[in-house]
Amino acid sequence: MCFPLLIFFFLPHQARTHVSYELKDDVAVIRLNDPTSKVNTLSVQMQAELTEVMGEVWSNGAVKSAVFISTKPGCFIAGADINMIQACKSSEEVTSLSREGQKMFEKIEKSPIPIVAAINGSCLGGGLEFAIACQYRVATKSRKTILGTPEVMLGLLPGAGGTQRLPKMVGLPGAFDMMLTGRNIRADKAKKMGLVHQLVDPLGPGLKPAEERTIEYLEEVAVGVAKGIANKKVSLTKEKGFMQKLQDTVMGLGPVRKQIYKTVSDKVQKQTKGLYPAPVKIIEVRDCKGVKRVFFFCFFSSNFGKLAMTSESRALIGLYQGQVICKKNHYGTPEKEVKKLAILGAGLMGAGIAQVSVDKGLTTILKDTAVDGISRGEQQVYKGLNDKVKKKALTSFARDTILSNLSAQLDYSSFKSADMVIEAVFEDINIKHKVLKEVEAVIPPHCIFASNTSALPIKDIAAASKRPEKVIGMHYFSPVDKMQLLEIITTDKTSKDTTASAVSVGLKQGKIIIVVGDGPGFYTTRCLAPMLAEAVRVLQEGVGPKRLDALTTSFGFPVGAATLADEVGIDVAAHVAEDLGKAFGSRFGGGNVDVLKTMVEKGFKGRKSGKGCYIYGKGKKDKSVNPDAEEILKKYKLAAHPAISTDSDIQYRLVSRFVNEAVLCLQENILRNPVEGDIGAVFGLGFPPCLGGPFRFVDSFGAERLVGIMKRFEDIYGNQFTPCQLLLDHAKNPSKKFHK
Amino acid sequence: MASMLLNSLRNCPVCPAWAVQSAARSLSTTVQLQAQVQTKSKKTLARPNVKNIVLVEGVRTPFLLSGTTYSDLMPHDLARAALQGLLHRTAIPKDVVDYIIYGTVIQEVKTSNVAREAALGAGFSDKIPSHTVTMACISSNQAMTSAVGLIAAGQCDAVVAGGVEFMSDVPIRHSRKMRKTMLSLNKAKTLGQRLSLLGSIRLAHLSPELPAVAEFSTSETMGHSADRLAAAFGVSRVEQDEFALRSHSLAKKAQDAGLLQDVISFKVPGRDIVSQDNGIRPSSMEQMAKLKPAFIKPHGTVTAANSSFLTDGASAVLIMSEEKALAMGYKPKAYLRDFVYVSQDPKDQLLLGPTYGTPKVLERAGLTMSDIDVFEFHEAFAGQIMANLKAMDSDWFAQTYMGRKSKVGTPPMDKFNLWGGSLSLGHPFGATGCRLVTTVAHRLQKEGGQYGLVAACAAGGQGHAMVIEAYPK
Repeated sequence: MCFPLLIFFFLPHQARTHVSYELKDDVAVIRLNDPTSKVNTLSVQMQAELTEVMGEVWSNGAVKSAVFISTKPGCFIAGADINMIQACKSSEEVTSLSREGQKMFEKIEKSPIPIVAAINGSCLGGGLEFAIACQYRVATKSRKTILGTPEVMLGLLPGAGGTQRLPKMVGLPGAFDMMLTGRNIRADKAKKMGLVHQLVDPLGPGLKPAEERTIEYLEEVAVGVAKGIANKKVSLTKEKGFMQKLQDTVMGLGPVRKQIYKTVSDKVQKQTKGLYPAPVKIIEVRDCKGVKRVFFFCFFSSNFGKLAMTSESRALIGLYQGQVICKKNHYGTPEKEVKKLAILGAGLMGAGIAQVSVDKGLTTILKDTAVDGISRGEQQVYKGLNDKVKKKALTSFARDTILSNLSAQLDYSSFKSADMVIEAVFEDINIKHKVLKEVEAVIPPHCIFASNTSALPIKDIAAASKRPEKVIGMHYFSPVDKMQLLEIITTDKTSKDTTASAVSVGLKQGKIIIVVGDGPGFYTTRCLAPMLAEAVRVLQEGVGPKRLDALTTSFGFPVGAATLADEVGIDVAAHVAEDLGKAFGSRFGGGNVDVLKTMVEKGFKGRKSGKGCYIYGKGKKDKSVNPDAEEILKKYKLAAHPAISTDSDIQYRLVSRFVNEAVLCLQENILRNPVEGDIGAVFGLGFPPCLGGPFRFVDSFGAERLVGIMKRFEDIYGNQFTPCQLLLDHAKNPSKKFHK
Repeated sequence: MASMLLNSLRNCPVCPAWAVQSAARSLSTTVQLQAQVQTKSKKTLARPNVKNIVLVEGVRTPFLLSGTTYSDLMPHDLARAALQGLLHRTAIPKDVVDYIIYGTVIQEVKTSNVAREAALGAGFSDKIPSHTVTMACISSNQAMTSAVGLIAAGQCDAVVAGGVEFMSDVPIRHSRKMRKTMLSLNKAKTLGQRLSLLGSIRLAHLSPELPAVAEFSTSETMGHSADRLAAAFGVSRVEQDEFALRSHSLAKKAQDAGLLQDVISFKVPGRDIVSQDNGIRPSSMEQMAKLKPAFIKPHGTVTAANSSFLTDGASAVLIMSEEKALAMGYKPKAYLRDFVYVSQDPKDQLLLGPTYGTPKVLERAGLTMSDIDVFEFHEAFAGQIMANLKAMDSDWFAQTYMGRKSKVGTPPMDKFNLWGGSLSLGHPFGATGCRLVTTVAHRLQKEGGQYGLVAACAAGGQGHAMVIEAYPK
């Protein structure tokens, strides 16, 4: 008689859409699923429903334990809702949001019944803070299951108690590592660290699809654990080993803690150069043991609020969102999927492209003209994959299976079945024409010809083609397996389907993609060239490579300008400077191209030749200034203008030319929108991420202020510093912004 | 049914007339089935112009838990005992056999062609060529089907096939680094070189490499995979324990009733005569429930009690063309008919060979599930058997993974592994296949059925199935 009543009692009062729960014996299984999105976030709706459901669970005396689980495949909770934070107008608003989150998590932490978090898929940011507030965590050992606190990458800090709970769980050093790097931690590592208690293996298909059954299985295991905790069969405290106890004791000592904070602070200071406020705040928030909890949480929430309002955080969030946009194909589904890819040239670039392609299951041909070249290229691909095996990100068997997608050859045999050819041969228009003609003689009609050139206009290359609609530019960045950006260049004649195909291949290779118009240097190279020209002039004016590097890195560039030139290759830089100099005239002037040419003549081609601005030893960090290069610079010495040679002037001379050229690219429709401009500059060229890209920099720095600075330089150096029309428009009208 | 017709046609391009006939019969079976009449689709699987191949005799040594009475032997000793047992039972002249094939999995390096060493030691003529095959747990199935192939092709008339596994001693190797140093040491010319090589040996070099029952491709041990498979199909711990208990109880009954006629007595040098399997130990559900999971801890369901155990043992069968057997005055036990090998994903479907193999071989033979009187499936784990049964009973699985219109159907339990199985009798990897085939032949004789089906899974995600037809009395 009681049953129907009971069931009625458990029915929700009103339709809940994000959170539901059912009773399995005396365990409340609370299921999360945001029907409006691909991922679960701690949105306002989710939080409200959670609070409501938890209220019901806690007030139900029949419930002895609870399980949180997401029914969304591949995602537990991916974090807080970024839009929610972005929508806040003031730091007070964000502070109150953070405080709401904390309150809920604190309730969960102090729950009278044990709560088990059953984690499958991404458990990030607020999601992880939520999970660690629970008493027990079970996670699937799936590749998709990742735990982490990526807030720092958005210029924030773990806003809902993570800074306090994490160190208790994984120790202070581990917690700092997680919070300051924001890196993702795989389930097996999380188990080792003590972040999760128990692992569940992902299942294959059974009577249902694998993913569905795995979630069900995870729930079954979690329910078992929850029951076990409730009737004291499963212990919550793990017996600590001797080393753990020792470590805890040592960490508990005041001076030791102080030393840790100091070391971490110094390290952070060194790496961020004070440009990123979030890591500093994370340490600060952590370093206040003894403050009463209530006060502490207030202090802490307000820090979160302040951070969310910083321009750095806005910039980083903007980059995150831009990156999401640039990981979609906006050109539709290609008519024919590329399954077989041919790459011409097994050099650093060619082999790099091969590596990221075979990795994703593309059948790849690597063609070169010499056996030595092929051997070197194949070795590069093997090494790239084998390094992953060493890091245990890949099994040796998977490596071999992946490598079976690669075939290296000297001739054009089997090009007849290729769907796309990417050439990565020497940057010389005549060689490009030659291979284009050779390739077109053997490939099928639907096959796309893509050129991986960094500066030659695609239409010039396509001029030799019988089918220019199938010709496109795919500009990869070196090293291809590390650099995320791919710049795709379309000409007037490139067909939309060709673009769609190129984008789809790029996405498959895991790239962030910007699609730009054709022209000398396209977008990225064209922005970089004037900055490097200025860098050469700065060097000629007697600023040494070390100081130049220090000036650029302290502005936020991850790699200093002199080091960057060495990395790109002095020969490439010389080539580009000369080509673009011809194309754009005196505006691309500045340093003397002969400096670069002389260096190339002497064999100082940068890191690849062991000597450039620096001399490179065997170790990665082992480098010293190349005295011979300094000799050359002395030969071409220019007098510095004292009026514009302070540290900050030099920085702005470099940056303003970069930014002005970027804005000009937008003005000339090389760029389609500022978002792609920002993404290209940050991910391809290392523009300071804390500034969010050239366009966001103009927005936050102020166009008028920038124009003012540039005018000062223009008076001395002329048109190299003339602000472009679009920049002037923005300067005149401060309400004009690139980003809304 | 349409797909079955297509399959028969495809598989039998040389005799379309037969295929049509078979299809017609299959069609009629359905009608008969609906009418609940138990007649066979076919009276025999004999085909015009195809040689009949028969199982003349099958024997095996008692299967013992590894580390027990056989522990001081070598693999070829066990194989020798099985071969001698076969010679003894059949009284076949030692030079009539044309070829000897043995299956084995973990190889003793000294006797890598164990077939040859055992054959010589068993007193077979040294003019009989022998080779060894390996295909994980279906190695001796491969030995038998190779024999069938040789006879069908007219190359041989009488072939001995068998299998052996010896888990009491497995090759444990030095570490790769140590091996490298030792090999260089062989080549070192001067004392100085030798000393410097010896000096390069570190403590870590001394840790040995143990063989594991694990997939090379995925590094997952088989028990772990079986546990995941059981979970994927929602097989509970109780179901597994019940099946294991059933296996042990049935084996015990068969042993007590003297049904395991294939077992020969074996005088182990320096030890007693062994004449019985020693792994059969019917327990109780309560006792089995006490065991902790062996692979996935703490929530797994596969335990030592519901898995097959490490076993020493060898088996041997004599396979001949029917003509030859009759000419020599033998009364064959059974016909060996259609067989298939299948393979699938070694990670998530490692042990589903029977599910894939069963429908394929039945279609090849033009039979249906209801035609089979005797089922002998290899029991690697109770969870694996239960998972296979559930997979065979699932339309979704059949449609999604096997490209079939509907489910395979499950064997009725009153025909299934009635004399115990690998869980209780033991599972010497390389030798189990012959035991399964011989058991089917013996059960057909004993129970009076017409067709039997053998199915087995194997590491690497492979599987095997074979149809066996009773020899007319």
